[in-house]
Amino acid sequence: MSVVRGGVEAAVVIDIRLRAGAFALDLRESIAARTVALFGPSGSGKTTTLDAVAGLRRPDAGVIRVGRHVLFDARRGVDVPPYDRKVGYVPQDLALFPHLDVRGNVLYGARRRAAERVPAASTVGNGGAGPGTHAAHASALEILEIDTLLSRRVDGLSGGERQRVALARALMTDPDLLLLDEPLAALDLGLRDRILPYLERVRDEIGTPMIYVSHAADEVRRMADHVLVLEAGRAVRSGAPADVLAQYAGGG
Amino acid sequence: MTAELVQVTAFTVLMAAVATLVMLPPGVAVAWLLARREFPGRTILETVVSLPLVVPPVATGLILLKLFGRRGPLGAVLEPLGIDIVFTWRAVVVAMAVMGIPLLVRAARAGFEQADRRYEAIAATLGARPWRVFWTVSLPLARRGVLAGTVLGFSRAIGEFGATIMLAGALPGARTLSVAIYRNAELGRDAAAMTLIAAAVTIGFAAVYLSNRLGTAS
Repeated sequence: MSVVRGGVEAAVVIDIRLRAGAFALDLRESIAARTVALFGPSGSGKTTTLDAVAGLRRPDAGVIRVGRHVLFDARRGVDVPPYDRKVGYVPQDLALFPHLDVRGNVLYGARRRAAERVPAASTVGNGGAGPGTHAAHASALEILEIDTLLSRRVDGLSGGERQRVALARALMTDPDLLLLDEPLAALDLGLRDRILPYLERVRDEIGTPMIYVSHAADEVRRMADHVLVLEAGRAVRSGAPADVLAQYAGGG
Repeated sequence: MTAELVQVTAFTVLMAAVATLVMLPPGVAVAWLLARREFPGRTILETVVSLPLVVPPVATGLILLKLFGRRGPLGAVLEPLGIDIVFTWRAVVVAMAVMGIPLLVRAARAGFEQADRRYEAIAATLGARPWRVFWTVSLPLARRGVLAGTVLGFSRAIGEFGATIMLAGALPGARTLSVAIYRNAELGRDAAAMTLIAAAVTIGFAAVYLSNRLGTAS
């Protein structure tokens, strides 16, 4: 349970009980890994878990901790509101703000100073967010190749572009943890192969810890260094993807 | 007669505009509360806000007269501040706002209800506090409903008669279209009444047309 911050890995503690009608979530996990996958069939509690970590659903009992930050502790009465959690969330439907353009979406949660340095659409040239921009902001925009999209309307974007914009929007807040809910599920196979490298670059070059929800074993193998298999609200397996996922076929 | 037409029409539109500004903050707040929050007394609030739609306007006017009269609970508070409501132009604004707010709340509430809560939740995860979420996400997403409600509330204010005549009377120079039409008809000045009716119909047509456009366009 001890946490090394600024060292190699930050532990995520998800130790929660949550009831919603007939469904009951009961997780008692402490994971020291940078990229954790939640794997399992629909209805197993993956999205509910992300909602709880993001602060959008309140567990009935337990503790949620990211690194040293206690986000929720029922016994001590701690329930950090979502706007103070520093947890970026890319939901499955992406929830791009339809009334804002790409720039408005991407900058919504960005720190003001960094936002001012994001280039105006007219001056965008060869990629990159310009000198002086906060490193994480610059690399998020650069890695996800957002700068050519900045002045576009959200409803005119392709599926892959929407995915990249949603990722960038979450990363621009410099989150301590990034939650990705089935980031590739809505995309066709060809597009998946184009988006996955973006996700890998985010993981490797920005290094934000992630919880990655998926029901595709091959994706989990590629993205995660720890996988939690959920069934009916409980973790039935937990460990390295190679060991845990041996029984699952590659496809999704 | 033309002078009366211009004066009465301008006065009515101005008062209705002021009444609309007065009803917007509480109306939008109540609409948001009803659409987004569960709290004790929610149904009571919902009912009270709709009451002016079903109670005879004259009765509403009399209740307002009791409230804002010098001995009324609100009048007693306002009088030491030098604010007279009853039988002034302010009474026109109060009557119009009270009669218009149910329509504003209904349409604005529908606007908030149609907006997906998911956007508000995601805005919060991006660091936006509730006030900022309201201004940058909830309100823009509900803007059609709020706009339609604003136009409806304004239209209702333009046509208001019963509450106005109780609270504001029919002071010369402070007559709305409805009150002036009534006075002219009462005095047998049918031509003058018809001219004012033409103005009222024109404004009403424009407002309802605009409201329908806002409601159907996506």
